[in-house]
Amino acid sequence: MQIELIYILILAGFVGFEIIKKVTPTLHTPLMSATNAISGISLVGSLVAAGVAGGGVNSDISHLLGFVAVTAATINVVGGFMITERMLKMFKKKERKS
Amino acid sequence: MNYYMEFVYVISSILFILGLKGLSHPETARRGMHYAEVGMLLAVVGTLLSGKIITWEWIITGIVVGSAVGAAMAIFMPMTAMPQRIALSHAFGALAAVLVGINEFIEKGHLGELNSGLMGAIGFEVLFGALTVTGSLMAFGKLNEMIKGAPITYKGQNVVNISLFAVTVGLFVYLIFFPYEPVIFYTMIGLSLLIGIFIVLPIGGADMPVVISLMNSYAGLAAAATGFAIDNKVLIIAGSLDGSSGFILSIIMSKAMNRSFANVLFGAVGTPQVDTTNLAEARPITRFGIEDTKFVLEQAERVVVVPGYGMAVAQAQHTVRELSDELEKRGIKVEFAIHPVAGRMPGHMNVLLAEANVSYDQLLEMEAINPTMDTVDVCIVIGANDVVNPAARTDKGSPIYGMPIINVDKAKTVIVMKRSMATGFAGIENPLFYEPNTKMLFGDAKKVLQELVTEFKKV
Repeated sequence: MQIELIYILILAGFVGFEIIKKVTPTLHTPLMSATNAISGISLVGSLVAAGVAGGGVNSDISHLLGFVAVTAATINVVGGFMITERMLKMFKKKERKS
Repeated sequence: MNYYMEFVYVISSILFILGLKGLSHPETARRGMHYAEVGMLLAVVGTLLSGKIITWEWIITGIVVGSAVGAAMAIFMPMTAMPQRIALSHAFGALAAVLVGINEFIEKGHLGELNSGLMGAIGFEVLFGALTVTGSLMAFGKLNEMIKGAPITYKGQNVVNISLFAVTVGLFVYLIFFPYEPVIFYTMIGLSLLIGIFIVLPIGGADMPVVISLMNSYAGLAAAATGFAIDNKVLIIAGSLDGSSGFILSIIMSKAMNRSFANVLFGAVGTPQVDTTNLAEARPITRFGIEDTKFVLEQAERVVVVPGYGMAVAQAQHTVRELSDELEKRGIKVEFAIHPVAGRMPGHMNVLLAEANVSYDQLLEMEAINPTMDTVDVCIVIGANDVVNPAARTDKGSPIYGMPIINVDKAKTVIVMKRSMATGFAGIENPLFYEPNTKMLFGDAKKVLQELVTEFKKV
């Protein structure tokens, strides 16, 4: 088992914890859609599954699984970032006199 | 090792972190998202150009279809449907992780490279992934009112859930020792799918913020496990960022509902207790009409609005903002106090009010407003109930005792807009309604507010 991967997991979790703690509660919904879009990074894994011919006999299944995975992950990435932007655009500060 | 890929991935990871950091303030949030978007683009393009990809047609089709569906959902989905959309997207993310896991199992199994370590990673990936897929779909169904929103409980539910969980973990452990056992592997996935359904069944609407946060966390963990399975560091980093985000939100939500964290972790939330104490022994309430309300508001210097799920149901956010404008025109200070679990997901009220053009600096957290509550002249409670129930502070016998609430009862006058005297989600009587400084204004929130705004505009 690759110990350095566990090392990375713990460090990233720690960084995440410290950063997310500081996210303003007003933006908790955009936070969820943003992290959702970011975790659509499994697209990278899906790409490899869909695009690399399998060990021979199973390549059709690989392509099919990969295709569905790429589609699902792309929905999250594209949709997630777009909807986060749409929400964030709404958060405005009104200029008030005094 | 492919240094070019590792370099691209580390840049992406940094951009993701910067992106989330931006969310600490509404002013920096959009720039942050641009960082994260560039990070994603780099990771995807980098992977495509890495030379690993041999066939393109499936990828291109998937990206085109996925982009079209994702964009359509993002553009056309109304803001009021946001909880459903979030729930659904957790299901998509988790589905991708499960499928990549299955593929890895088939490939590596076929090549005879499926060792215990790899199986452990794939196992986590498909376990978390599968239960997130069905759990999120259930949450989606409930939020979209395709499934009965009320908790569905039956005798021995906990025993069934725990046994199911134990069997699934047992199969997982077996697989770690004897990795290439397809029947066991698929049975385990099937059972995880069932677990997802079963843990969301007993959960009612008001507990949805916890469930959605939890699914957010699980989806992230599934992505991180995928990173272990295919030895990809950017997946681990992005997955654990998502995982810790959902985890923190779950903690915040469970604290705000006064549930223990263990309670949340095992998903066993949401059995509504029926209160037996009968406060309703005909204590008098004070009714208010539109004109009384207007009169009281006009005399005020500081007004605080406390919105709840009822405001979202009545779609009253725009009318609330109109009222707030009218009051501000008269020099009255208006703020909004938002309880962490108001609505159906974290930040639900904030998004609705922002959509209605309420300035974000008027949106205050519970902790910010409570200490100054006794200087508030009028508190308007719109479609909120349990989150303003003073029994949580005073009545040791109450099921919600200890839950942090917005102390509206400390304001000089409280106006409660409500459809009827019905109890809130938890089925608990609210002594607030019988307080001498509480005035009840019955009716549909949007209609009542509209009448109030019209009344103000007459002058």
